[in-house]
Amino acid sequence: MNPYSWFQLIFYFVVLFLLVKPLGFFMAHVYQGERTFLDPVFGPLERLIYRLGGVHADEEMNWKVYAIALMVFNVLGLLVVYGLQRVQGFLPLNPQSLGAVSPDSSWNTAVSFASNTNWQGYGGETTMSYLTQMMAMTVQNFVSAATGMAALAAMIRGIARHTTDKIGNFWVDLTRTVLYILLPLAFVLALALVSQGVVQTFSQYQTANLLQPITDASGKSVTTQTLAVGPAASQIAIKQLGTNGGGFFNTNSTHPFENPTPFSNFLEMLSILLIPAALCYTFGKMVGDTRQGWAILIAMTVIFVALLSVSVWTEQNGNPAIAKMGVDIQQSNINPGGNMEGKEVRFGVANSALWGAATTAASNGSVDSMHDSYMPLGGLIEMWLIHLGEVIYGGVGSGLYGMLAFVIVAVFVAGLMVGRTPEYLGKKIEAYEMKMASLILLIPVFTALVGTAIGVLTPAGQSSVLNPGPHGFSEILYAFSSASGNNGSAFAGLNANTPFYNTALGIIMFIARYWLMIPALAIGGSLARKKKVPASAGTLPTHTPLFIAWTIGVVIIVGALGFLPALALGPIVEHLMIFAH
Amino acid sequence: MNNQLKKQPTFRRELYQRAVLDSFVKLNPRWMVRNPVMFVVEVGSVLTTALWVQALFGKGEAPTGFIATVAIWLWFTVLFANFSEAVAEGRGKAQAEALRKTRQTTQAKKLKTANRESQYELVASASLRKDDIYLVEAGDVISVDGEIIEGIASVDESAVTGESAPVIREAGGDRSAVTGGTRLLSDWLIVRVTANPGEGFLDRMIGLVEGAKRQKTPNEIALNILLAGFTIVFLIVCATLLPYSLYSVQIAGKGVPITITVLVALLVCLIPTTIGGLLSAIGIAGMDRMIQRNVIAMSGRAVEAAGDVDVLLLDKTGTITLGNRQAVDLIPVNGVPAQELAEAAQLASLADETPEGRSIVVLAKEKFGLRGRTMGSSEEAPEGMHFVPFTAQTRMSGVDFDGTSIRKGAPDTMMTLVQSNGHPVPADLQTNVDSIARAGGTPLVVARNGNALGVIHLKDIVKGGINERFAHLRKMGIKTVMITGDNPLTAAAIAAEAGVDDFLAQATPETKLKLIREYQGGGRLVAMTGDGTNDAPALAQADVAVAMNTGTQPAREAANMVDLDSNPTKLIEIVEIGKQLLMTRGALTTFSIANDVSKYFAIIPAAFASTYPVLNVLNIMHLATPQSAILSAVIFNALIIIALIPLALRGVPYRPVGAAQLLRDNLLIYGLGGLIAPFIGIKLIDMLLVTLHLV
Repeated sequence: MNPYSWFQLIFYFVVLFLLVKPLGFFMAHVYQGERTFLDPVFGPLERLIYRLGGVHADEEMNWKVYAIALMVFNVLGLLVVYGLQRVQGFLPLNPQSLGAVSPDSSWNTAVSFASNTNWQGYGGETTMSYLTQMMAMTVQNFVSAATGMAALAAMIRGIARHTTDKIGNFWVDLTRTVLYILLPLAFVLALALVSQGVVQTFSQYQTANLLQPITDASGKSVTTQTLAVGPAASQIAIKQLGTNGGGFFNTNSTHPFENPTPFSNFLEMLSILLIPAALCYTFGKMVGDTRQGWAILIAMTVIFVALLSVSVWTEQNGNPAIAKMGVDIQQSNINPGGNMEGKEVRFGVANSALWGAATTAASNGSVDSMHDSYMPLGGLIEMWLIHLGEVIYGGVGSGLYGMLAFVIVAVFVAGLMVGRTPEYLGKKIEAYEMKMASLILLIPVFTALVGTAIGVLTPAGQSSVLNPGPHGFSEILYAFSSASGNNGSAFAGLNANTPFYNTALGIIMFIARYWLMIPALAIGGSLARKKKVPASAGTLPTHTPLFIAWTIGVVIIVGALGFLPALALGPIVEHLMIFAH
Repeated sequence: MNNQLKKQPTFRRELYQRAVLDSFVKLNPRWMVRNPVMFVVEVGSVLTTALWVQALFGKGEAPTGFIATVAIWLWFTVLFANFSEAVAEGRGKAQAEALRKTRQTTQAKKLKTANRESQYELVASASLRKDDIYLVEAGDVISVDGEIIEGIASVDESAVTGESAPVIREAGGDRSAVTGGTRLLSDWLIVRVTANPGEGFLDRMIGLVEGAKRQKTPNEIALNILLAGFTIVFLIVCATLLPYSLYSVQIAGKGVPITITVLVALLVCLIPTTIGGLLSAIGIAGMDRMIQRNVIAMSGRAVEAAGDVDVLLLDKTGTITLGNRQAVDLIPVNGVPAQELAEAAQLASLADETPEGRSIVVLAKEKFGLRGRTMGSSEEAPEGMHFVPFTAQTRMSGVDFDGTSIRKGAPDTMMTLVQSNGHPVPADLQTNVDSIARAGGTPLVVARNGNALGVIHLKDIVKGGINERFAHLRKMGIKTVMITGDNPLTAAAIAAEAGVDDFLAQATPETKLKLIREYQGGGRLVAMTGDGTNDAPALAQADVAVAMNTGTQPAREAANMVDLDSNPTKLIEIVEIGKQLLMTRGALTTFSIANDVSKYFAIIPAAFASTYPVLNVLNIMHLATPQSAILSAVIFNALIIIALIPLALRGVPYRPVGAAQLLRDNLLIYGLGGLIAPFIGIKLIDMLLVTLHLV
């Protein structure tokens, strides 16, 4: 790797970490209901929304009511997305006159966007009208992200408070997240992206004359090309910030109109991890000990950097099979070298691998390169970051509440080892919390492995596989893992827009989103009711390097133990086969 | 007692024989299902046994010998786990039985009628029943709680109340109750028993160490949930591996799918059998360790809570200070020569058999070179000497000889004596009395013929080494609070000397209860000892409440532990046992999960050897054959349970260092050790199997 690549990676982390504290601090203010500098702008709007919705902003909910409100809102949102796709042909803002989307694809997309997964079985520019993109996709990009963040805020309140059953008001958390956090950030980012050339228009698709005519399959000469455009920048900004990942165009952020320059690429990558990382600081701030937030952020970053390094290394080394064909894969001043299959030349190996790691770690799912074309180990890293439970930064909100479940398990075992019944931040961890934390750890493993098993056993599952051998197995495993982690990225080799995959993945996305979110709320509710035990020298410190290392160990061990056999039959054996010859 | 048990080889053989038998009895599925991890192993054992039977008929999925060996070692895994529980149970039961026999009893002088002169019968205090009547005389320990029918006496209740000054108890009125375990200093009393002695504590204890009756403790339940969670994960991993294997064989076009035998072997190796198998034994062994220290716990929950204790409420007397005060200084007043005071003080104390009196004689001898006039017993009083013993009525003691009368007693009594003799109270007497009291001591005034000579400074003596103990406790994060009936000045002085973190002076049952509630309101867990009836509310409120065996029945019922030795310092050991119990669970859980890494490296390359031979790169232990690899992992998994039984029973050693250091040490030993040990173990077993040509 050349010094420029190093510099770009280091620069990325420096900027990210510089933004963590200010944004985290601001979000803590938002969730604690305090005044922020945006109050003059959004305050009146916020109050108007409450008045229109009949929300009593100062009435807090217990965790069950909170969960019910959250579910009602999400299921309604899901139905709206489904409905819009089915009737878009009769609605305005459809210059290409796109017809109704099939029921199974509509179901898949509805769950996908409501659950913050943004798995896309469809190609955006050939399937969705502008109205559907804006009213269904973009709206869900905001509110599904806000749902995750609201659930996290409620869980944190549960940890921070004591002897109460109130953990916040869902409608208030949802509204404040959208108004004060997501809208302003998305607005700024969208403008910055437009400045780089990302399209934002309502006009119909453009036709351009080809410089060099080509002949199509039927032998006809083709002289023009249709260029898909649309209100892309606004959707791209939020799909990155809200760890949604659902692109405006089919090829996502590899498309020049979605991600034109290295600078737009940097901004979009930064947006992937920005909110999940800053939420760690918010957590520390809200529980009254910012060291706790930094500890979790450091644990995430250590795992991320270690896996990213392997990915960059393996991608830069390239494929020996390609080298044997006489292709120069050595890096030089005129040659990026490495494995450039499926990567954009304007981004190169390092930035593609960084995006690949960030998008899989953060449950984002947007891509600026094709994961299917990565080296087996590169693909393994991306898949494994999903397998770790989408807790290395993870989705906005969902990543941290997932990580907190791991921390609770880590605290439980470590707490025993220091001779006390375990406690985290002064709260006793007992049977109920263990039950809920176990569910959060268990369900993604269950859905990913069982889904893959069904995929490889049924003809419907097998027939979508493009590539032979272990790579085909990896494609199926990746699809079900992506749905189980609410990630949304894909190994493109699998044709997932079939009734089987649309239905199965839709079910899994639904389970993996809400059966994790509800236990997280339950943990918050249960901890809120408990007394707070003051810390003493006998209390397990949860911010020390030792505890950080232990938490990393727990995340890695649980992730490895659950998925190593499956990975051995996919990417590991593929890697060994390539390098054995 | 327990050490004697251990040394008897016949006893040990019987214990193990019984345990081996019990291991088979416990195979009953209805019993096994209580332990989800080991139940899964049992189901796996049945399954592989069935596969073996199938193989016997020539339709085996793998060589018959291989299936048989796997099945046998899976059965061993279950049996070893059962054995660990049976051994822990057996030891606990034996200890409880031995305790029942050697239980300490005090003697009581049982009377037929409430008459001092009537004949008494010496009986064991435990045989006294409600409404029995017994006699207590000076020097006797009051056997059980009762109501005074007749008599007035001074009673040393320091063991109960923490107040070192004797109190007066008399028939009728508010002060008519006496407490078991207190000691009569003077006079006599006739007492009617008000409560039956404790029954069935030991029976309850035996119930707690018997697996069948044992209730799982809250933390054990939480840990079981985590272990069940891991078990489900590995069930899914292994169950889905079959379809993956079928698909891989199909796309690779070679090899055979993974066999059920190998899948079951993999499953058993992965699920946390080490901790799952030993969990029950660890809990029982915690109770055993309590009994070894002569503490009977009423519930497993209490033992667990002991590890969590943040605040120790310790009675001053007997725990922090020696039970009795000692003379440390003689201060003359009104210009009296020190020698004269020392002589008078010594004479007045010659017949005083209390530790305080003895200490005055010793002090006079050491400081002023005075040899007691009579160094023998008080009966050999020199000619003309007449000793006046302390009585509850006069509240002073002394000696009369040659027309001289020497008295010593509490300042207020003595000042009255001086004044009634028409003498002035010396001006420096009051100041000296006050300054001693301020320093935490007890002043005694000495007078000769009604003239005040000076003051004896009696002081509570803080136990040797107690300071370091409190420093240890502080490092463990435990706050110590001294409870005393003394005034705040005295209490503060002793608290400072002993190095406790806080104190509660002039403690009453109400203030004690209030203090506990305050700490608990702040989220802390409070442990205390007590034995008086008036301790009962506080004992019931405390999270860990240890009643002294000499304590009253209400106190013992309110407590969740009883200390048969009635040693208040034991609270510290109880806390350590609680911590050990939790640490052992945590350490073995870590060990068990860390073990899994090596098992993947052993089994995965072996399981897919025919489909993807290239996976043999992962066989970093270079195990001989796929079959030897799988067998080695299974055998290691079974043997490690046996190897760790001693640790489970003994507990992970606890050292009073901070939590951070404990975690570091335990992670190094059980985390890193758990990661590395199986690599070595599995390799050794593999080499052995190859050498013996078993595979």
